[in-house]
Amino acid sequence: MSTTRKRVYGYLAEFGSASALYKAAEKVRDAGYRKWDCHTPYPVHGLDAAMGMKRSILPWFVFFGGMLGTFTGFFLASATQTEIWGWLPGMNNAIESYPTVVQAKPANIFTVPAFFPIMFELTILFSGFTTLFGLLALMKLPRLNHPLFASRQFHRATDDAFFIALEARDPKFSPEGTRQFLEEIGGKSIELVEEED
Amino acid sequence: MASATEHAPSTTRQGPKLPVLEREKLILNGRSYHWITDRICSVLENRQPLLWWLLFLPSALIAAIGVGLSLTYLVSTGVGVWGMSNRTFWGWDITNFVFWIGIGHAGTLISAVLFLTRQNWRTSINRAAEAMTIFAVMCAGIFPAFHVGRVWMAWFLAPIPNSNAIWQNFKSPLLWDVFAVSTYFTISLIFWYLGMVPDLATIRDRCKPGLRKMLYGIFSLGWRGGNRQWSHYEMAYLLLAALSTPLVLSVHSVVSFDFATSVVPGWHTTIFPPYFVAGAIFGGFAMVLTIMVPARQLYGLHDLITMKHIDNMAKIILLTGTIVGYAYLMELFVAYYSGALYEMEAFRIRITGPYWWAYLAMMSCNVLSPQLFWWKWCRENLWVVMGVAMCVNIGMWFERFVIIVGTLGRMFLPGDWKTYSPSWVEVSLFIGTIGMFLSLFLLFLRFLPCINIAEVKWTLLESDPHFDDKHDHPDHGADVVAAYQHELHSKGAVEAKA
Repeated sequence: MSTTRKRVYGYLAEFGSASALYKAAEKVRDAGYRKWDCHTPYPVHGLDAAMGMKRSILPWFVFFGGMLGTFTGFFLASATQTEIWGWLPGMNNAIESYPTVVQAKPANIFTVPAFFPIMFELTILFSGFTTLFGLLALMKLPRLNHPLFASRQFHRATDDAFFIALEARDPKFSPEGTRQFLEEIGGKSIELVEEED
Repeated sequence: MASATEHAPSTTRQGPKLPVLEREKLILNGRSYHWITDRICSVLENRQPLLWWLLFLPSALIAAIGVGLSLTYLVSTGVGVWGMSNRTFWGWDITNFVFWIGIGHAGTLISAVLFLTRQNWRTSINRAAEAMTIFAVMCAGIFPAFHVGRVWMAWFLAPIPNSNAIWQNFKSPLLWDVFAVSTYFTISLIFWYLGMVPDLATIRDRCKPGLRKMLYGIFSLGWRGGNRQWSHYEMAYLLLAALSTPLVLSVHSVVSFDFATSVVPGWHTTIFPPYFVAGAIFGGFAMVLTIMVPARQLYGLHDLITMKHIDNMAKIILLTGTIVGYAYLMELFVAYYSGALYEMEAFRIRITGPYWWAYLAMMSCNVLSPQLFWWKWCRENLWVVMGVAMCVNIGMWFERFVIIVGTLGRMFLPGDWKTYSPSWVEVSLFIGTIGMFLSLFLLFLRFLPCINIAEVKWTLLESDPHFDDKHDHPDHGADVVAAYQHELHSKGAVEAKA
């Protein structure tokens, strides 16, 4: 017999279809819950609005990541292949460059078009990495343990089931009331998910 | 198969009653979510069929001998063991590099361009096509890396100054190539992996506890399929698609700059970037068909990869093949119209010179064979489809051979002229990369979900949260207009009341 204390994570309720989940999500949103989520096997389009979620801010990260890449590409190529950074006071000694003079390409600003491919590729590369790491940060992943994995039915969320999970840390949560609320909005096989403390 | 039936709109609603074409289903036989999960996961959960072993063992052996042995010999002896000589410094190795890098482009096209253009049929084939991209770029990378001669100095390609504080020449197309190809590989890998995370979670949730579950668990990052994750995830997917689209166009353009920025007759043309990109997509789609049609038969994926998918790919091959044919003819016309003696002579030698057979193979395989796809029965007969795909694979290799060897063998100085023939090291390395590509792809089928489970489910009609709202559902064609008007009307009424 286990003697460990358990802490309540929240309720997990199943809904029969994407459209049932959608309608239930609207009701959960309107009831004023904040700490909850819909778990679906594929992205259900329109659920963001039904859950009252804002648009992802990821594009902003990626924009600045990409700009950093463009500048890195330009700086790398221009600082090593041209004399232009010497114009800035103090930079003349800071950057020592030996431009490779081939194909009569000049070592001044007019050689910039030859840097565009590198600037472009680094823009994409930096944007890609920002997308990856920004996404992981926003999703709060990787996180290999989660109370929901203790549920006996949650494994179906990646197969064919649609769940709503209401967390106990939500101010509106109550053991009785929330269960009743989930029943009212059509939730099936409602389960109290507990984590080991 | 492709017969689109007329869908009669119901008469109960107000609005224009136009006949509309019903959308063809992307998943046949009304399969359920669970069936889709089961069928795709069964490919990697069940014992592999005998044919898998019959293909895997020889290709792994060929890879080990072809790549392992010939590279060991090459590194220990020197690049002289490749059949390259004065003038023809780029022989089979750069031909193979361009060939493999081109193969990869269809994967990115399917995953990125077709995603941005909302072509939902991509979902059944994008995972395998992306895997193909990764493996093809891995094969491609071997050739230039070892072509530099002293491979232990390959770090000179990275943007690090050498001991004399001299940096790389950032104005050189060869260095652009290093940046383009390495960026392409990295972004393709991120795209492929991120797209796979939800599916790895599906496999994790089906595993019994143990090492397998732990490994799939680690690689699925603890994915829970919550909408607060999906929302960011979908944005990331969109961003990566939008980044990959210009990237894929840039990669083969930069590869073509290796040729086009030189002053060699036959290479120095502005048509090269679009011509190379179209050729890459063309060759890549042929490779997707080459590996996906047998995989579909072997694992019984007929309901997921339908004849509609194959039909669409055949049409893309027809389109891009025709663009490539146009480029070949335009090259000839421009050479004639320019009046430049060397340019005209270069193309005369290509057609009638010592490599006439390569030119003929290129023309017939790339331009003529896809023309079969004008006929519907050719797109529906899998033997014809596979035959054309094989022709295109061969033709695209010959295209690069014609461009590289055919040109370098006959440059300005007749004293340099030489008829190039590859050495056994070059041949075995190329065959070795084919083995490597096949064995990596077979391992992919064995360990990773070969079809995007989550996205395929998303294409089912009932996946739309408004599916049972008959008024809203877009696939009710003409009803939509009526429903929309109805909704506007009722909204107006509600607002008027308020």
